[in-house]
Amino acid sequence: MFWQLLANGFVTGSVYAIAAIGVSLLYGLLRLVNFAHGDLMAFGAFVSYLANVTFGLPMVLSLPAGMAATAALALVSDLALWRPLRLRRAGFMSLFLASIGVALVLRQMILLLWGPQPRAYDVDPFKVYVIGDVRLSLAQVATILVASAAIVAIALFLARSTTGRVMRAMADDQALAQLSGIDVNRVILLTWVLAGLTAGLAGTLAALVQGSFDPNFGFQLLLPVFAAVVLGGIGSAYGALAGGLALGVATELSTWEGLAGGVEPAYKPVVAFGVLIVALLVRPQGLFGRARIV
Amino acid sequence: MSEDALLVSDLHAGYDGALVLRGVSLEARPGEIVAVIGPNGAGKSTLLKAISGLVRPIRGRVVFHGTDVTGLPPDRLAQRGLGFVPQLENVFPSLTVAENVHVGAQALPRSARRKAVASVFAQFPFLRERGRQRAGTLSGGQRKIVALARALVAQPTVLLLDEPSAGLSPKAAEMVFAELEQIRERGIGIVMVEQNARRALALSSRGYVLDMGRTAHEGPGGELLRDPRVVQLYLGGLAADLSPRRPDSSARRDPRSRS
Repeated sequence: MFWQLLANGFVTGSVYAIAAIGVSLLYGLLRLVNFAHGDLMAFGAFVSYLANVTFGLPMVLSLPAGMAATAALALVSDLALWRPLRLRRAGFMSLFLASIGVALVLRQMILLLWGPQPRAYDVDPFKVYVIGDVRLSLAQVATILVASAAIVAIALFLARSTTGRVMRAMADDQALAQLSGIDVNRVILLTWVLAGLTAGLAGTLAALVQGSFDPNFGFQLLLPVFAAVVLGGIGSAYGALAGGLALGVATELSTWEGLAGGVEPAYKPVVAFGVLIVALLVRPQGLFGRARIV
Repeated sequence: MSEDALLVSDLHAGYDGALVLRGVSLEARPGEIVAVIGPNGAGKSTLLKAISGLVRPIRGRVVFHGTDVTGLPPDRLAQRGLGFVPQLENVFPSLTVAENVHVGAQALPRSARRKAVASVFAQFPFLRERGRQRAGTLSGGQRKIVALARALVAQPTVLLLDEPSAGLSPKAAEMVFAELEQIRERGIGIVMVEQNARRALALSSRGYVLDMGRTAHEGPGGELLRDPRVVQLYLGGLAADLSPRRPDSSARRDPRSRS
């Protein structure tokens, strides 16, 4: 049972982790708490649905389509909304409220386009893989494989590539990055593309694992994703990866019977936030964050 | 004046309508150190920010190698060869020492970066020893070295330094000053704001005394050090007359700052 829960936790956690990367980078670079991130994920999931069910493409092609469309939407949102707001030196609150507006517009748009009924991808729900005591559905196996590859790729990109390095530098100190000759607006656009790609990926994977999803499902993912970001240290890209995985695994393992009988599965979200509260009491800057001295 | 690497004339700048600089002029030639001194709040840091593009000037001009660059964003100025080492937030704390240097090289064209990074690593052995350490965990003096390297890797022709010795032990400060002399040897013009005014003026070929956002005095470093008014007002020298005295405002104003 332990291994089954660990595997489930890894599936959930990797989805949180991938989504959390974008939220954390956007906060680091723009001081934007992107309330619309959950709906961005839902948008990706629905574009993948369009490709997979409406056009009958296999998931291998539908997933990249969903990611690309979400990246395009994120890019447009920066050019049309966030960049003008930056030029007007919009403060933290203005940005936050604007992102709530974007969240509502996106959700209603998805509702208009696809309607309120639950949807499901065209995958075989009865195919099960058994490894030892662990039973995983095809969707879970696919999610584990794709998500691990994506997490490794994102981590390598951030650690080794010039653009990844520059993104982390900008999250540290934007003025100093500019003084170092970095075109801030270009890097912000690239960050939106990365945030869009990862949101589309996380959204589609989350929808795949859940089995059925409706236009509201992105919003339900938003809170655990925010919790993962805060747990890892907001603004830290590596922290978001670690926070997401830790939160997913902790949530699932909390129901393990070996752990003093375990928690009732219905209380899993409570566990997630319990972990967050305890972690913040012990380490207020998050796992990877650094203490800010004002 | 075509030999000037940097020429600032009648610069006015401030924050949110509050004017801090009210007419500052200075020049720096290749291979010379220029010191800007003055009391707290005189506008020294703002001057560097206005030159580098972090603060947009309201009036006046910044000319860099004969081109008017007033109001250009900092990244464009960095690409043109203007380096800036801020006083406090001068490294990327969550990046490693080596990554800090790599980010500094972003101002260069892609093909020139690798070589520039290698040459800075050769110049500062410290960078190689601590390359994998996070810059946020370094001491103040070590950060200064990383900050200098981050600026130098972009191969600037003019380097702006905000308080290079602030917060350093006397020994570390001497190390930084020695480094600055070496940088000058390579033909880089240096404009530094420094609270250790005596040391800065002694090192400089020219000095500017800023007061209330204007250039109050200027002259060769050695001359300013001997100028009794400068010594008394800005270098903490003892005046013959110990009664509090208001500076004579007509004497403080540099004629060049009045356009």
